[in-house]
Amino acid sequence: MILAIIEHNQGTLNHQSLEILSLAKSIDRVEVAIVGENGRSICNGLGKYGVEVAHLLLHNELVDYAPAAWAKSIIQLAHSIKPDVILAIGSERGNEILAHIAAQLNLPMAANCTKIQIKENNCLVTRIRWGGSLLEEAVLKSATYLLTIAQHLYTVKGELEESAVKISEWNVDLEDQDFVGKVVDNLAPEEGKVILTDAHVVVGGGRGVGSKEGFHSLDELAELLGGAVGCSRVVTNHGWRPHADQVGQTGARVAPDLYIACGISGAIQHWVGCKSSKKIIVINTDAEAPIVSKADYAIIGDLHKIIPAINKALKQAND
Amino acid sequence: MNILVCIKRVPSPGTRIVLSEDKQEIVTKNLGFTISPHEECAIEEAIRVKEKFGGTVTVLTLGGSLASEQLRYAMAMGADEAILLQTDGKEWDPMATSNAISDAVKSKDFDLLLFGNESADYGGYQVAIRVAYALNHHCLTGVKSIEIDEGQITAGREAFGGMEIFKIPLPAVVSLKEGINLPRYPSLPGRMRAKRKQIEIIEPIKLPGGIETKQFVSPPELGSHVEILGHGVEAVPKLLSIIKELGFIHK
Ligand SMILES: Cc1cc2nc3c(=O)[nH]c(=O)nc-3n(C[C@H](O)[C@H](O)[C@H](O)COP(=O)(O)OP(=O)(O)OC[C@H]3O[C@@H](n4cnc5c(N)ncnc54)[C@H](O)[C@@H]3O)c2cc1C
Ligand SMILES: Nc1ncnc2c1ncn2[C@@H]1O[C@H](COP(=O)(O)O)[C@@H](O)[C@H]1O
Repeated sequence: MILAIIEHNQGTLNHQSLEILSLAKSIDRVEVAIVGENGRSICNGLGKYGVEVAHLLLHNELVDYAPAAWAKSIIQLAHSIKPDVILAIGSERGNEILAHIAAQLNLPMAANCTKIQIKENNCLVTRIRWGGSLLEEAVLKSATYLLTIAQHLYTVKGELEESAVKISEWNVDLEDQDFVGKVVDNLAPEEGKVILTDAHVVVGGGRGVGSKEGFHSLDELAELLGGAVGCSRVVTNHGWRPHADQVGQTGARVAPDLYIACGISGAIQHWVGCKSSKKIIVINTDAEAPIVSKADYAIIGDLHKIIPAINKALKQAND
Repeated sequence: MNILVCIKRVPSPGTRIVLSEDKQEIVTKNLGFTISPHEECAIEEAIRVKEKFGGTVTVLTLGGSLASEQLRYAMAMGADEAILLQTDGKEWDPMATSNAISDAVKSKDFDLLLFGNESADYGGYQVAIRVAYALNHHCLTGVKSIEIDEGQITAGREAFGGMEIFKIPLPAVVSLKEGINLPRYPSLPGRMRAKRKQIEIIEPIKLPGGIETKQFVSPPELGSHVEILGHGVEAVPKLLSIIKELGFIHK
């Protein structure tokens, strides 16, 4: 049996954590773990994703996110129900919780798997390296396989008839120590700002943009399309944009409907952050830039001339 | 404040990673080597904390003898001391790596142990957390801002478009992300000083078990299917009709 961890924050489902369900179901029977009373409200909605049993882990203090406590709760559940695999999405929290579980149990853990094969007495995984520009085939031997699944790989299938989910409640045993590393405050995002990882359109700018001011036209284009601006590492290293805007291996992984890459060459470390985009349009002076051949459409030329022309045409189209 | 920073030597690949014929390693013959970006920020952050509170910064790496290049780079930036857990250069899995690190530092009483959120090449997302448990310290990961005050560390990390804040007591293990700062470049005198510094060399013992890498595989190459819309502003009308077709223009 596979125990899949479904993520939520104060009762708001992390929809992406459902990506693990289709893969899990193709391997074995699946039950899910949800941490905290405020996760109860999401349990019922999980029927349409094929979830039959949801284990709800309860303790008075399990409210704000606290990785060590969340991990310990899941371990206590696992002791009773004995899953062969504990699975989470390879998100910031997913990888963190699994690593806490692995450290508490002193068992191996494989992060960001793309494929899993359970054998007689081991588990074969394919997992991503270098943020996704290389794959590794590896073997784990363990009493329980602790794995996370790379994001943006599997689609969430919610097409089943809404059915009742059996909720099984567990009161877990935790100490004050387990809650020392918990979220104590949240700073809200800037008002009205489109969040990069949620945006349907991302306008990415690279070294070719040339300066902080050069981003004005990209900001305008993003606004006209209801999207957000992203950038390459060269841009953040120059201080032209904050690091929160960086797309790539050490920045954000985005998967918008449309990515417009302007003045970006397409180094693999950037590419892994934007390759899940549905359509990619490139604007680059160099027809030989690696990103051109990976894109769907490209305009060869100077972005400083082309983007203002696009903005002008978009404004006319909107009038 | 005595601070430890754990860094890893990694190749800096260009537009494509090339594998050896037996698929056991990546071909690094024509590549330079670097420190994972998150870890370079960890070195910078450690130096800033030291500049504010005093103390020492020690950098540590587990790797082959050539990894001393990265230790010297960190010392040129401003780290005081360096430890090399010297191996034959082959990769160790995260359990063996974290075990060797915690063994080497458990008697050294660091107040703050900084890591990268994930290593650039392996991306295991776990060495810092394992070391924290081995040393019985609290830990935070993915951190993009830290403040230290009276034995407490307040850390922020990106969440839901904003930040979430954690507070834990020292000693602590914290893994950082690029963006927390802009790392300085080593000065020339810094480089000269670093050249003369001693590196403490320890031969770590490798734990068996963990994850065993069988081989590397290149992700499938996408065939090129690009449609060149044209050159310069003349191509803009074509682009606009495509954006319209895709449904991004509402009217
Ligand atoms: C471990 C590691 C992690 C990394 N993580 C990331 C990451 O998260 N994100 C990231 O982006 N990078 C990352 N990098 C860096 C990456 O390798 C590249 O250096 C970087 O992506 C290059 O940025 P760029 O495309 O903006 O610049 P360049 O590679 O310099 O490309 C600039 C492009 O702009 C074009 N251009 C120039 N002028 C114009 C103009 N007027 N109009 C149109 N086009 C123009 C040029 O033809 C060129 O193609 C990482 C590197 C390492 C080693
Ligand atoms: N060989 C190593 N030597 C020193 N530190 C390491 C090594 N491998 C990993 N680390 C540290 O652990 C962090 C997380 O690595 P990982 O768990 O592989 O993603 C890295 O960013 C480093 O700070």
